[in-house]
Amino acid sequence: MSDIAAQWNYYLVIILMMLGFYAVIARGNMIKKMVGLNIFQTSVFMLYISMGKIDGGTAPILTGDPATVYSNPLPHVLILTAIVVGVATTAVGYALIIRVYEAYGTIEDDEVAALIDADQDARERADAEADT
Amino acid sequence: MDMFAVNAFLIVLLSIIAFVALRVHRLFALVMLSGAFSLTAAAQFVVLDAVDVAFTEAAVGAGISTVLALATLTLLPREEKPHAIAPLPAIMAIATGMLLMLAVGDLPQFGDAEAPVHQHVAPDYIYGSEKKIGVPNIVTSVLASYRGYDTLGETVVIFTAAIAVLLILAGWTRTPRRRHDEDGEDDAG
Amino acid sequence: MQDDPVIRVVAKVLIPAIMLFALYVQFHGDYGPGGGFQAGVILAAAFVLNAVVFGLHQARQVWPLRYNLIGVSAGVLLYGGTGVWSMLAGGNYLDYFALEADPKAAQHLGILLVEFGVGLTVAAVMVVLFFAFAGRASHIELVAKTTALEATTSKPGSKSSAKTRGGA
Repeated sequence: MSDIAAQWNYYLVIILMMLGFYAVIARGNMIKKMVGLNIFQTSVFMLYISMGKIDGGTAPILTGDPATVYSNPLPHVLILTAIVVGVATTAVGYALIIRVYEAYGTIEDDEVAALIDADQDARERADAEADT
Repeated sequence: MDMFAVNAFLIVLLSIIAFVALRVHRLFALVMLSGAFSLTAAAQFVVLDAVDVAFTEAAVGAGISTVLALATLTLLPREEKPHAIAPLPAIMAIATGMLLMLAVGDLPQFGDAEAPVHQHVAPDYIYGSEKKIGVPNIVTSVLASYRGYDTLGETVVIFTAAIAVLLILAGWTRTPRRRHDEDGEDDAG
Repeated sequence: MQDDPVIRVVAKVLIPAIMLFALYVQFHGDYGPGGGFQAGVILAAAFVLNAVVFGLHQARQVWPLRYNLIGVSAGVLLYGGTGVWSMLAGGNYLDYFALEADPKAAQHLGILLVEFGVGLTVAAVMVVLFFAFAGRASHIELVAKTTALEATTSKPGSKSSAKTRGGA
């Protein structure tokens, strides 16, 4: 491990990332999972943008002065499109949550799983009765 | 050093928002916190010189995505079922975080102008944007010209997402409902 | 919210300003921060504000879903079409240098067309998404109302249960 002080930004971003990760894997509520995913996603964006930063650099818009140092524009381009794609995929997620709620009457994933299990048990029992 | 202060302040603020978002049970509050998170993240992107990204994050993350989440919540229960802190996911998250932090040790220093990322194509883009393309905003010239294929792909992705949402939400529901009750809403186009 | 005069007047002032700002961001993207993605989202915000303040029904009359679908596809087609045009002009796909004799003018033209395609698609997609989500709410309200109505006409006692079944 190299100097922690020189990389403080990355460490803080990883803490943020893990808060989002925890929300995604620990929480049963689907809206909360989506918000956790958003936090996770934004932290990843932040990691990329941090890598593009140059000390003493400026925003990558040409100033005409040849001595200017510009921060790396490439991560900016990648993340710019990723944000818009992120909101579009989030919208698909919300749409699926709405349909789950309409079908099962709950958005807690353990309750949905229990309902699916009960459904399947009932179907298997019906099949077994049909066989005998 | 003042950039350090501003940046650290914003990241700590973001961590607090994320932590509160984990704790809160009312989903409306959760969605508003998510919007606040995006807006603070946009401020952080400005500090990190990514003005275009900040612009997008403020408009998309704090604007449209909050509106979409609120529109979703009008259809859903507003409270989360209370949960105790789950030990296994917490251990998983901490372990993953530790691994990532270990890996970060190999990254170049933050703000280092000699890092490999800045040596490969970036100088070429900065030079070419001025001399060959003549567009002052380097992000635009990379987005639309150098990386035109990428952007075409992204555009098709959001196109597909819109089609998917229309198919999911504007189609039939699983519970049988009679079609004539739907007042001829022209959802499917 | 739809009856509050303050909000209605403020919205009427703001919506054209937001649209104008979207156009500025779209076409000034070459010179400052901005571009198709941001402009599209800002333009969509104007339509969303219109729908929130004046109601979804009115917003749909101003801007029907059909226009949105045309916008979504037209943007992608404009982007892809620019690539095809540069192929027809003798270059590679999305190689703007083939579009015009002067290389800088050719790049400007290509970037302008492509960014406009992106802006069109993003704006239309965001409006489609909002209309789809908000339309679902009104759709469910409608179903709940008709179910409640049927319940009251057939069985007067079961009104409340029908309402809870229809939606949250």
